[in-house]
Amino acid sequence: MRLRGPEELAELRERVGRGPPLTVAVCGGTGCRAFGAEAVLSTLRREIDRAGLSGDIGVKMTGCHGFCERGPIVVVRPQGLFYPGLKPEHVPRLVESLRRDRLMEELLYVDPVSGRRIAREEEVPFYQGQQRVVLAANGHLDPTSIQDYIATGGYAALAKALQMPPEEVIEEIKRSGLRGRGGAGFPTGRKWEFCRAAPGQKKYVICNADEGDPGAYMDRSVLEGNPHSVIEGMLIGAYAIGADEGYVYVRAEYPLAVKHLRTAITQAEELGLLGENILGSGFSFRLHVFEGAGAFVCGEETALLASIEGRRGQPRPRPPFPAQKGLWGRPTNINNVETWANVPHIIARGADWFRSLGTEGSPGTKIFSLTGKVRNTGLVEVPMGITLREIIFGIGGGPPEGKAFKAVQIGGPSGGCLPEELLDLPVDYESLTGAGAMMGSGGMVVLDEDACMVDMARFFLEFTQAESCGQCPPCRLGTKRMLEILTRITEGRGREGDLEVLEELGWGVKEASLCALGGTAPNPVLSTLRYFRAEYQAHLEGRCPARACRALITYRIDEEICVGCGACAKVCPQGAISGEPGQPHRITVELCIRCGACLAACPKGAIRVA
Amino acid sequence: MADLEAALSVALQGAKGPGALVPVLQRLQGELGYLPGPALEEVARRLGIPPARVFGVATFYSQFSLKPKGKHLVRVCLGTACHVRGAPQILAELSRQLEVGEDGLSRDGLVSLEEVRCLGACALGPVVVVDGEYWGRMTPAKVTQLVRALRERGKGEA
Repeated sequence: MRLRGPEELAELRERVGRGPPLTVAVCGGTGCRAFGAEAVLSTLRREIDRAGLSGDIGVKMTGCHGFCERGPIVVVRPQGLFYPGLKPEHVPRLVESLRRDRLMEELLYVDPVSGRRIAREEEVPFYQGQQRVVLAANGHLDPTSIQDYIATGGYAALAKALQMPPEEVIEEIKRSGLRGRGGAGFPTGRKWEFCRAAPGQKKYVICNADEGDPGAYMDRSVLEGNPHSVIEGMLIGAYAIGADEGYVYVRAEYPLAVKHLRTAITQAEELGLLGENILGSGFSFRLHVFEGAGAFVCGEETALLASIEGRRGQPRPRPPFPAQKGLWGRPTNINNVETWANVPHIIARGADWFRSLGTEGSPGTKIFSLTGKVRNTGLVEVPMGITLREIIFGIGGGPPEGKAFKAVQIGGPSGGCLPEELLDLPVDYESLTGAGAMMGSGGMVVLDEDACMVDMARFFLEFTQAESCGQCPPCRLGTKRMLEILTRITEGRGREGDLEVLEELGWGVKEASLCALGGTAPNPVLSTLRYFRAEYQAHLEGRCPARACRALITYRIDEEICVGCGACAKVCPQGAISGEPGQPHRITVELCIRCGACLAACPKGAIRVA
Repeated sequence: MADLEAALSVALQGAKGPGALVPVLQRLQGELGYLPGPALEEVARRLGIPPARVFGVATFYSQFSLKPKGKHLVRVCLGTACHVRGAPQILAELSRQLEVGEDGLSRDGLVSLEEVRCLGACALGPVVVVDGEYWGRMTPAKVTQLVRALRERGKGEA
């Protein structure tokens, strides 16, 4: 069936809007799948069928709910009953409770901070502090069903945009103040305007879904959980710019996102929402999926274009910008997943609504992936301008096991590490850059007292050094030399003057590199030198204060505490632990490889690291 | 090589011009498991691209392998979230217990050990993916279990 105009889309929306009175939504994000969501889903289907309730209770697998820490997440709607960590063996009881309209008290969420049982999703502290726009539909929709998307208002913004002159669409996006969510924060409306104004008949739009920052996975979740929102955003952008063809450049490491996206494109084509003469407007648009082949630098837009053109993903100097000369030399507009997914909301609800969220300079919301040493790992969508403390402690619950907060690493390998003193910093593009970090794609990795900041800096530099495309010498050689120095320091072979050389090299690489990869690669080093210099100094003196750098630590057993249970000796891969049962054990230092297996195995906490 | 010819025809189906190169190599590797040199030369000839450029692309992207891989693929996530939760120890243990050499293959040739930069499954960190199956919240002790499971599988197939 092809929809020939906006009226037919509205009719379809009417028809598909009615579902069963109750729906059980099982999170189908990668995290929850790994926790066994698929088994929960199939058991649910079977049990509901067996109870003869298929007409009353619908079951669907939705996109990522964001609270990955507690997977598999199950939510009963419309009440919003929240059952985290549900296992297949719980399912018969769940179905029975739904039949009797009861709660399953024992399976409800227990807030680790207050110890309170919480029944409803919206009352869980992890969700309470959030304001979800882009992720709002994720836990509700079956991402493989275009009907689901249309039933909740999907493609209405497209229909609206197609009735506006293209210039007006651009004006609305400009007025909204939407800025690129991929990291740099360039105003989206102005980017569109440049591309529209560029001479040429043939133009392209591209969705950059090459989400390479380790620790960031919001783009994947949006593509997996709500692919139509990205397609609709791209359609609106293509119409505004005057493009008739587009690509989604997605990481090959995200097979589920690729699959859902391909399904969504086929469905949109069948309904005539992609293809020729969309909704009778005369506007035509074709969309392709391009799977990346594993190169971090392809997140840089000119490298991404080279990759689609079948070349090595190496950036080129700008200007000319892609808006003037992009894919195959044609004007091309590239935005990131989250940026595109914001577009339908802005067109549907208006620029003023969007400006009412966030701050003056950074309107709207931003999704962060909160990971590392934090109680509530997951995806967090908050209005810009909220403080780091509100996110990490309010929503994230702070570090687990009573450990002390040390730093938060923001913006991935291009970002920086911010210490506790800066926790009240508002999260917006300018504040983060001013503090030596960066919005980046929104990775937020919490570090506790056990993290060594020199090791973190080395970790990121190892990453960027390996991902440097090798084209320009400042990045290729500079990151290599910096990594060598950092490695020496973490191995206890640091020298007087190393820190000064690191700083000099860091600024040199930043200033002289061709693209943003090199231009930001030194940030993790420079920011840790700025805020945690004493820790570097300690390494030069042969100590790792966080006791993380293997060359600088030793393991031993506290004989006062050891009960001689032998748990450590059993797991030691080196056979380095000896002792009689019931007697204190010992570690032979020469054999110990400091793998930490004994530390994890000891039930008494008798292993000492110094 | 009949196999190579079949794989090439799958990989090149509908492919035209230089822009098709990356998807062609992806499909070819999907068919053969890796990219043998003669196959790359054929791709160059049939797409009308210089062989140097084909090899340049094949060696640039980390997805492509010019050498055969082990029967089982173990991927260790070294993303930031996994790193702070102890991924380097997991990698070291896997590498030691599987006796992995410079080529990334275990000594018995059964297992390829690869490092990946973030699988986006940060809540499971440190995470290891074994032939598509997620092993979350890894510990050195769980590595021993995993290696045992892999060896069992190896025996079952032999």
